[in-house]
Amino acid sequence: MLRRLHPEQPDSFAFTDANRKWAEAQITKYPEGRQASAVIPLLWRAQEQEGWVSRAAIEHVAAMLNMAYIRVLEVATFYFMFQLQPTGSIANIQVCGTTSCMICGAEDLIAVCKEKIAAKPHTLSADGKFTWEEVECLGACANAPMAQIGKDYYEDLTVESFTEILETLSAGKVPVPGPQNGRYAAEPKSGLTSLKEYEAGRPQYNASAQLAVDIGDTVQRIDGTEVPLVTPWLDGSDQATPPATPPEPAPAAMTRDEVADEQIARPEEGAVAPEPASGQKPEGLAEARGGAADDLKKIKGVGPKLEKLLNSMGFYHFDQVAAWTADEIAWVDDNLEGFKGRVTRDEWVAQARKLADGSE
Amino acid sequence: MLDDKDRIFTNLYGMHDRTLAGAKARGHWDGTAGIIQKGRDWIVDQMKASGLRGRGGAGFPTGLKWSFMPKESDGRPSYLVVNADESEPGTCKDREIMRHDPHTLVEGCLIASFAMGANTCYIYLRGEYIREREALQRAIDECYEAGLLGKNAAGSGWDFDLFLHHGAGAYICGEETALLESLEGKKGMPRMKPPFPAGAGLYGCPTTVNNVESIAVVPTILRRGPDWFAGFGRPNNAGTKLFAISGHVNNPCVVEEAMSISFEELIDKHCGGIRGGWKNLKAVIPGGSSVPCLPGKIMKDEAIMDFDWLREQRSGLGTAAVIVMDNSTDIIKAIWRLSKFYKHESCGQCTPCREGTGWMMRVMDRLVKGEAEVEEIDMLLDVTKQVEGHTICALGDAAAWPIQGLIRHFRDEIEDRIKGRAIAAE
Repeated sequence: MLRRLHPEQPDSFAFTDANRKWAEAQITKYPEGRQASAVIPLLWRAQEQEGWVSRAAIEHVAAMLNMAYIRVLEVATFYFMFQLQPTGSIANIQVCGTTSCMICGAEDLIAVCKEKIAAKPHTLSADGKFTWEEVECLGACANAPMAQIGKDYYEDLTVESFTEILETLSAGKVPVPGPQNGRYAAEPKSGLTSLKEYEAGRPQYNASAQLAVDIGDTVQRIDGTEVPLVTPWLDGSDQATPPATPPEPAPAAMTRDEVADEQIARPEEGAVAPEPASGQKPEGLAEARGGAADDLKKIKGVGPKLEKLLNSMGFYHFDQVAAWTADEIAWVDDNLEGFKGRVTRDEWVAQARKLADGSE
Repeated sequence: MLDDKDRIFTNLYGMHDRTLAGAKARGHWDGTAGIIQKGRDWIVDQMKASGLRGRGGAGFPTGLKWSFMPKESDGRPSYLVVNADESEPGTCKDREIMRHDPHTLVEGCLIASFAMGANTCYIYLRGEYIREREALQRAIDECYEAGLLGKNAAGSGWDFDLFLHHGAGAYICGEETALLESLEGKKGMPRMKPPFPAGAGLYGCPTTVNNVESIAVVPTILRRGPDWFAGFGRPNNAGTKLFAISGHVNNPCVVEEAMSISFEELIDKHCGGIRGGWKNLKAVIPGGSSVPCLPGKIMKDEAIMDFDWLREQRSGLGTAAVIVMDNSTDIIKAIWRLSKFYKHESCGQCTPCREGTGWMMRVMDRLVKGEAEVEEIDMLLDVTKQVEGHTICALGDAAAWPIQGLIRHFRDEIEDRIKGRAIAAE
């Protein structure tokens, strides 16, 4: 397959503040002078943020890692997970078509894609929500046939369950990933033949599906606040580890042609997220007034997981959220484990005000 | 059948607590410092005595591989790199380790790294395994927090850092030198050998690349003793092994069993038999896409699932990824799909592979439809022989073998299709 940059390219690319921090932490995994090792994780993060890899993103990563543009372009075109063209606004559906899946019915799933999404792979559906492609073995063969949607594997599919998943996604919801036929993980479907001891007390989902449900980012664009990257290896003070900040992109970038230079948005630009003091904790309630909490999920950006988190902090009502001061917003933003910064980003307070006075 | 008490991966299905506390309750991270204090040579000797052969496909003795690492550093650091780029079609065993029993791997990384004098280890995970990466990263974070990694890891006196790295969907990066190239931030194109990685690997430093399962079994082997491990399986095929069974069995699954288990027992005990009964069994690919398929009858009556028996049948255990095909399968098409896979995944460095994989796929294409001459079967076989052994890495071989297996065992079927097509056309 010919892999080239898309003819229509955005003017610039910049990591969000949190993604830039994530990228800098990633770079510290490699010895001094070997920052190029981080190229795949960084390109991947760029794709997670934007949905695909643009020329500007490639240039940005090259500058961050002090690499020649061509070396990063090579990597971006060599590895098939990098999407070099825009993908569906909701998701790019990747159906595994290799032998195990094929003999278990993957061709039927591909037929569904052709019918529901587009006749050809890598083509936007009419509503722009989906693209699809057939990919090579995804390594879940005991759960064939399967497809990767966003970050997650949907396994043990049938034409019916696959169609339903597409419809649910199209309606803006995210079905629970993992096996779709009642299995837990890769155990025999008819019942355990080994390791029966722990069956009774098992968690609700297998590890993959549980993470998907907990983090809630299956088809989301990643802004970097979801799963932070901690760098405990930097704690030892005297080790010969690289500095916590990556090399400044500037010198390498200047040597390349100027047009390209202009397209590179510096990581500092556009990064508005404040680095506030932790703010002040708003007062919460012990329980919902009159035992009837508002449906906080009505605030755009709040899902079941966040609602639970908010409840656990003592927030049950729109008017509580609506009354947060700037300091309090900063505190909540900082303390939403796994969802940091969401209050500001999704403008909860403004939304909550409308919901509280019933205007929406 | 293997007893649960003899299973190494006791949380293979993730039904028990997946955290560090759970892993400790299942016996992991027990006396790790004590094992390390017995010294490098002791560990390598124990691994040699256990008879463990690499679980990534080639079956090279693990202890011997470790002993190639330099005893004294010449100033360069040593590295352990764990190959978690699991993408051989049919193979899905390492995924279960990493998401459900990650601490076996993390502890194994510490011990193995110590045994080869490495203070740093990289795990190269395939890019598509995103949740697996998160699960494994959580386990690593937990271990850092508990002092099991980092300075004086687990109180052993050994400083050890473990980093998780990932790829972006290239099968070739499962080849050890391509993996190292990729880890250095380049295209995953295999290197010429020699020099071997133990001499000049990652960043030009001494490096050993091991499969996830090979490393994850190490702590348990050292705790329970090499004799215990060697007690399973036939001589030269020691131990327990994760089998991943996919395709036309009633219950596809991943399961840990003793090596040298018979195919029939494996399928009957764990997979609920062949779909439609044993008479419906047509063919089996016993070790992942790279090994030649075998006819169902041989597999049912005789097959012993280990390295040596399958090699005698001119196939292989590979990664123990068993793809089962019943009589409803178009076997020519099934193998054609593998040809398509290898064409897609050839890195393009060596001409016989870059051109050969496409050529083989196109001929297979026509054999699937029967639009060919009978003579072309031999021509195809001849070409596979010219690809095999003439490339830098084994991907060329791996592309050739499934076709050779098909022609060896199912030539009749290919010929019938060609003739049937010719008759229909008249």
